[in-house]
Amino acid sequence: MSERTIMDTKAIGGCAPEAAICARGIARDFEAGQSTIRVLHGIDTDIRSGEMTYVVGESGSGKTTLISIMCGILWPTEGEVKVFGTDIYKLSDTDLVNFRLNNIGFIFQQYNLIPSIDVASNAAVPLIAQGVPREEARERAKVLLDKLNIGNQADKLPRQLSGGQQQRVAIARALVHEPRLVVCDEPTAALDASSGRRVMDLLREVAVAPDRACIIVTHDNRIFDLADRIIVLEDGRVTHDGKEMPDDH
Amino acid sequence: MIWIAIRMLTGDAQKFYGLLFGIGFSTLLITQQMTIFVNLVERGASGVYNAPEAEVWVMDPVSRTTDVSYAMPGTALDKVRAVEGVEWAVPHLRAQATVRTKEGDLEGVGVIGVDDATLIGLPARMAQGDKAVLFAPDAVVVDDTGALRFFPPEVNPIGERLELNDQRAVVRGIADAIPSFTSTVVLYTRYSNALNFVPGTRNRLSFVLVGVADGQTPEDVADRIEAETGLKAETREQFARAGVDFIIENTGIPTNFGITVLLGFVVGIAIVGLTFSLFLRDNIKQFGALKAIGVTNAKIVQMVGAQAGMVGLIGYALGVIGTVAFIKGFGANPFFKGFYIPWQIPLISFAAVVIILSITGLIAIRSVLKTEPASVFR
Ligand SMILES: Nc1ncnc2c1ncn2[C@@H]1O[C@H](COP(=O)(O)OP(=O)(O)OP(=O)(O)O)[C@@H](O)[C@H]1O
Ligand SMILES: [Mg+2]
Repeated sequence: MSERTIMDTKAIGGCAPEAAICARGIARDFEAGQSTIRVLHGIDTDIRSGEMTYVVGESGSGKTTLISIMCGILWPTEGEVKVFGTDIYKLSDTDLVNFRLNNIGFIFQQYNLIPSIDVASNAAVPLIAQGVPREEARERAKVLLDKLNIGNQADKLPRQLSGGQQQRVAIARALVHEPRLVVCDEPTAALDASSGRRVMDLLREVAVAPDRACIIVTHDNRIFDLADRIIVLEDGRVTHDGKEMPDDH
Repeated sequence: MIWIAIRMLTGDAQKFYGLLFGIGFSTLLITQQMTIFVNLVERGASGVYNAPEAEVWVMDPVSRTTDVSYAMPGTALDKVRAVEGVEWAVPHLRAQATVRTKEGDLEGVGVIGVDDATLIGLPARMAQGDKAVLFAPDAVVVDDTGALRFFPPEVNPIGERLELNDQRAVVRGIADAIPSFTSTVVLYTRYSNALNFVPGTRNRLSFVLVGVADGQTPEDVADRIEAETGLKAETREQFARAGVDFIIENTGIPTNFGITVLLGFVVGIAIVGLTFSLFLRDNIKQFGALKAIGVTNAKIVQMVGAQAGMVGLIGYALGVIGTVAFIKGFGANPFFKGFYIPWQIPLISFAAVVIILSITGLIAIRSVLKTEPASVFR
């Protein structure tokens, strides 16, 4: 895979048909008191299927803002985002929600599992939301929990599991409906080093597929070696885009 | 998703029970207080219900209720009997008197003089003894309130003597009567006896009780009596209503009960509103995650609606069961004798529950709907 620079990306102009995400001219302003602050400055980037793409950068550089826009939960101030060819911010509110439900899996830093339903039901939430009958949804979730080595915990409540195990439940929930795009914001931030590493190894194993794109925001330099591609953000601009981390980091 | 919503609710036992308590307590307070209010106020009509044969009550034009009456001259009876459509008409005396019990206590009682020949004016049922016991000299029938109040439990009141306005009276029977609003003890005796017991003024006839002939309506007969005699005549329903209205207009009872019912409503809103808001706030991260994953706001509203509905139904049921248990539990107490829950009251408290949950639910859900799905990454 060739090294790319911002220049290269811009030069492409239109969207490559095989791009999972094609973001063009993404800018985002936030109101801060009287003034508005621009936290993303015209970002152009493509995310490809079959790869694990890391978005890294200092705190406040705009990583979360960028992936939120790329996965359809935060409106950009400027620019457009096509996800698998669909210009998602031109969809109606309801269509966008359903687009996320059918195409995107989410993994959050705080897991955000529902405490009062068991692990299998938590992992089955996207299927249940799609209208799959509960028992069938749970069976499909259990298959995935098995793959993530927590099949024997399926009937427990989330609080009975360790942090690493809970994050694996969250991974199962993100993948259970076989989305074509998976986004994770700091998936290992709440975990100690070794369980973080184990979770990421597993994620790589189950999430990466030829027809699936996977974006991970992380600070955690111990897991950079798992990336197929690393995008570095600095003050809302892409300053590096390549297989390895740049030497000055 | 509804299943998930219910599990979210029941999973948080503390708040779930808090919500049930809030709704249950409100329902109990509203249902129970309104039940007591209605039953108590209906006692204003007990005098009418205790003389079930009378279809029309005839009285002096200034008389208002069975207990607030002005006596008529004895000639009124014949005037009423002469009116067309009057099947029968009998005299009815109601007066206050004092009784000295065996223990020597002085008590105020109501004395009711019923028709000498037919005994019309007695309550429908006797708790003990036969109505015919009244034909004996000096005989009185005491109502069940009096039987409990005047005699210790080990003493059978039948055959016991009372000093009624310094005259000898013998209890010969116990009437199964609806207690009066004030729970005053009532002694029934024949009209002619009553005239002896109660010190005399010129006019003694409190009411004339009338039965109407076949094919006549009480309304028509009452109108005709008024037109032809210049007296006031009311049907049983009108006169019962007048007794209830009198209580409502002349006591602080509606205000007092109204305040308690309002309090139940306000306490319900406060407890439920606070707990529901806290519950949703505690789960805001989960709701945010669901919104990001792809649950529409409409579905979220359904989920919160299901949670409110579940709390409402169970809490309401508990409150109504509590009221029924209360009424049943105190059924033996003479004060609660004959208490029933009119069907309108559970409907009213159900409406109150719906209003409480709608108001609090709408306030609480706003925070959930406003939650940006993007907030889950923060
Ligand atoms: N909802 C918001 N309102 C106002 N400012 C915001 C909001 N979200 C983000 N920002 C600002 O935008 C900038 C970028 O935030 P963002 O969360 O994208 O950074 P980040 O790279 O994810 O940082 P971190 O590594 O700390 O998570 C920050 O300066 C932040 O204060
Ligand atoms: Mg962030």
